[in-house]
Amino acid sequence: MVTLNQQTEQVYNWISDIPDPEIPVITIKDLGMLRNVKFENGNYVVTITPTYTACPAMKMIEDQIIEVLGTHNIHNVKVDLTYTPAWTSDWLSTEAKVKLKKYGIAPPSHSSCTKLFSAEERTVCPRCNSNHTSLISRFGSTACKALYKCDDCKEVFDLFKCH
Amino acid sequence: MTTKEALYNYSLRMGDNALILGHRLSEWCSKAPIIEEDLALTNVALDMIGRAQAFLKYSAILKNEGQTEDDLAYCRSEKEYHNHLITEQPNGDFAHTIARQLYISIFEYHFFSHLEQSADVEFAAIAAKAVKEVKYHREHAIDWTIRLGDGTAESHKRMQAAINDLWMWTGELFEMDEVDTILLKDGISVDLAPIRDLWKKELDKVLLEAMLVFPEAEYMQSGSRKGIHTENMGHILSEMQYLQRAYPDAKW
Repeated sequence: MVTLNQQTEQVYNWISDIPDPEIPVITIKDLGMLRNVKFENGNYVVTITPTYTACPAMKMIEDQIIEVLGTHNIHNVKVDLTYTPAWTSDWLSTEAKVKLKKYGIAPPSHSSCTKLFSAEERTVCPRCNSNHTSLISRFGSTACKALYKCDDCKEVFDLFKCH
Repeated sequence: MTTKEALYNYSLRMGDNALILGHRLSEWCSKAPIIEEDLALTNVALDMIGRAQAFLKYSAILKNEGQTEDDLAYCRSEKEYHNHLITEQPNGDFAHTIARQLYISIFEYHFFSHLEQSADVEFAAIAAKAVKEVKYHREHAIDWTIRLGDGTAESHKRMQAAINDLWMWTGELFEMDEVDTILLKDGISVDLAPIRDLWKKELDKVLLEAMLVFPEAEYMQSGSRKGIHTENMGHILSEMQYLQRAYPDAKW
């Protein structure tokens, strides 16, 4: 994150509360998708990064940034999409992980999982906290989630994948 | 060929591979054997479309003729596409789709792991995203190959048939031409000879575990580097480009 001056910091704060369209309990700032705000050639340039290359929420997030800043009478806005550095679930704030769990989505433990879905890495059920869980499918309702079930409370739940 | 032209071609190829495979996989939507697989295959398709968008956008920038990624995806004719022929092969039964995924995802995992170190920053950036996604595609394909290969007599038979049927399209994954060699000198492209060794080694391990026989046929079909396709490509394009051709520049 680059140091922001007062003006750009204000813009950053205004848009940092925009919720993720798929998981509305967390914001684009919580997710680490909001990378930077700078003032360049008379425009506020907002840099965002997708969680997954094809994240279908990007267009909606872009529209919302423009809309939110419009309500503050700022219309000279440009939204830039960057792939570097590649988004990682390590950027999820601790606060965001708490919110995800409360919402029923198991948060990622850590992204340094070189061995995907290894046996030693047990996913904890967000409902009953049991670690007797099993993977149903690596792919869930959105690109960033996998499908699990709890072997104790029998609930099916989403895991926010470590990435 | 200038370095810039080679860059454009290289980017276009990677975009086309992702676009056509993404289109093929999306044909499974609502038709997979179980709902989890419907989600899995369409998730992989989505990753592919995202990657296609990234590479075709970069191709359009490199060409600098005012085109967009959509123009490249929807307004080219068959011979102007350079996707590997394996990506355009029909889905077949579930085993054929899995065999295609197995061959491609193991290749892509090693390929993008190397492209991540490319001297071209845009390639390196897209590759870094792609490799994270491909890990999931690869695990998915390997799991199913083992489950079907080492499953019932019927699933074993079908998986082996799929592995054999698609084998002749795999040679092309490792072909190198002028585009590759020009960029290799500048550390931009990936040398495919060591990738082939990594691919074979991993494939051998998976097929062994899946109780499947490694194919021995030597004949390999190629053509994509020259824009020569199988008859499947025309059918794909007629469907994929229909809207754009019928209603040019349609917006919604």
